[in-house]
Amino acid sequence: MTKKIVRCAVPVLVLLFLYVPILMLAFYSFTDATQIGSFRLFTLKNYETLFTTEELRNMIIGTVLLALGAALIATILGTLGAIGSFYSKKRITAAMDTVNQIPVINADVVTGFSLCVLLVVVFGIAKDTYIPLVLGHVTLCAPFVYLSVIPKLKQMDSSLYEAALDLGATPSKALFKVVIPQILSGMIAGFSLAVTLSLDDYFIATYTKPATFDTISTYVVNATKGSQTQIKTALWALSTLIFLLVIVIVLVMNISSRRSVKKEEERA
Amino acid sequence: MRFSRKTLGIPYGVFLLLFVVAPLLVLFYYAFTNGQGQFTLENLTGFFTDPNTLGTLAYSFAVALATTLLCLLIAYPVAYILSTSKLKSKSVIIMIFVMPMWINFSLRITALKEILTMIEGNLAFYPFLNSVLGMTYDFLPFMILPIYNTIVKLDGSLNEAARDLGANERGAFLRVTLPLSMPGIISGVSMVFLPAMTNYVVLDMLYNSTYIMGSLIGSYFNAYNWHGGSMIALVLLGIICVFTLLTDGKEDENARTGGALL
Repeated sequence: MTKKIVRCAVPVLVLLFLYVPILMLAFYSFTDATQIGSFRLFTLKNYETLFTTEELRNMIIGTVLLALGAALIATILGTLGAIGSFYSKKRITAAMDTVNQIPVINADVVTGFSLCVLLVVVFGIAKDTYIPLVLGHVTLCAPFVYLSVIPKLKQMDSSLYEAALDLGATPSKALFKVVIPQILSGMIAGFSLAVTLSLDDYFIATYTKPATFDTISTYVVNATKGSQTQIKTALWALSTLIFLLVIVIVLVMNISSRRSVKKEEERA
Repeated sequence: MRFSRKTLGIPYGVFLLLFVVAPLLVLFYYAFTNGQGQFTLENLTGFFTDPNTLGTLAYSFAVALATTLLCLLIAYPVAYILSTSKLKSKSVIIMIFVMPMWINFSLRITALKEILTMIEGNLAFYPFLNSVLGMTYDFLPFMILPIYNTIVKLDGSLNEAARDLGANERGAFLRVTLPLSMPGIISGVSMVFLPAMTNYVVLDMLYNSTYIMGSLIGSYFNAYNWHGGSMIALVLLGIICVFTLLTDGKEDENARTGGALL
C-alpha cells in the first residue's frame, strides 16, 4: 500500500515543482499584482501592455524572425552537409562528425564568446549588421539538423538514388525527387529543434547581437534586473501565452502522431 | 546540373571550418598573446595564481555537483516509476514532464524567482541554495528524459530472471536494473553538469552570478579584455574536453539524441 502511495506521490510532487511557479505566474498575470502573493482585482492590463508597447512587440517579432531565419539556413546547410558527409570517404565523414560535435558539446558561453572575438574583434564585422547574430545562431542550430538527418540517410536504401540516375534523372532531380522525400522527417525534426534552440538561446545572442536589438531571453534577463514593474508584469502575460502555445503545439503533435500510427496500423 | 553527392557537403564543411574551428584557433591565439600581439604565458599563470578565479572555479564546481546530484535524486525515481508503470499513455505523461523545456528559460526562471522571493523574503539570504534550486528547475527535464528512455527499453525479463534465481526485489534492482540504466544516467549527468557549471544567467537572475565560471568570461567581455576572456574560455573548454573524454562511449547515444529531438 505504502509502495503504491510513493509511486504516485513522487511524480506528482515533481510535477508540482515544475508547474506551480508557471501556473502561479499565469494566475497573477490576470491581476493587478506587482508581486506574487497579493492582488486587489482581476484585470487584463498586463496583456494590453504586452500588445501595445512597441518595444515589447518588436522584441517578440524579432526573436521569432531570427529563430525562423536561422533555422531555415541551418536546415539547408546541415542537410546538405549530412548528405555530402554521408557519401564521402570514411575519413572525411569522421572528420565532419567530430567537428559537428564541437558546438553540441561546447558551452554556449564559449561558443558565443569565441564567435564574438573572431567576427567582431578579428574580422571587424559590426554587430549592427546582424551578421554575427545570424551566423551565431546558425552555428548553434546546424549541427543538430545534421545529427537528425544522418540517421534518416542510414535508413534509406542508397541504391534508390543510383536507380534514379540510371533511369535518366539528373543528380539535382534525383536529389529532390528521391533523397529529400526520404529524409524529410529528419529535416523537419531538425528544423523544429533549431527553432526551439534559437528561441531559448541567451549566451550567443548576448555576445553577438546589436545593442539596439533584444531577443526574449536577453530582454527578460535585463528586465528582471530593472525596476519597471509595468514591463515586469507584462512579461508574466508573455510567459502565460507561451505556456498556452506550447500546450496547443504538444496536443496537436500528439493527435497527429496518433493518427499516423493508426493509419499505418490500418495499412498493415 | 552535374554534381556528385559528395560535393553537397562542401558548403557545410567550409562553414564548420570558418565558424567552429577558426573561433577556437583564435581563442588559443588570444589566450597566449598580450595586447601587443606578443606571446605570453601571463594569462595562464594569472588564472592559476589569482585566488578570485580559483575560488570561482571551486564554487561553480560545487554548484554544478550539487545541481547534478539533486537532479539525479529527483529524476531517477520519477523515470523509474514512469517507465515501469503499467499505464498505457506513458509517452503522454513523460511529455508533460519535458514540456517546460519549451518555455523560454528566462520566463521560467522569472516564475521561480517570484515564488522564491515570496517564500524567502529576500533572495540574498540563501545564495547557494537558490543557485542549486534555479539550475535544478531549469535542467531537470534533461535528466529525466535520458534515464526514462534507457529504462523503458530494458528487457523486463532480465529482472524477472533475477527474481526467479532468488534475488529479492531490492537485489534485483541494485544488481540488474541500476547497472543497466547507467548509460542513461551518464547521458543525463553530462547534459546537466556542464551547463550547470557555465550557465551563469540563471544565477544572474537570482542575484548571485559572480562565482560561476561562465560569468568570468562575461566580466572580461564587458571589460573588452579579449586576452583574459579567451584564457578563461580555454580553461572551460579544457574542462569540457576532460569531461567528454571521461563519459565517451559510456553514454546511451539514442537516449541523448532522443532527448534532443523531443
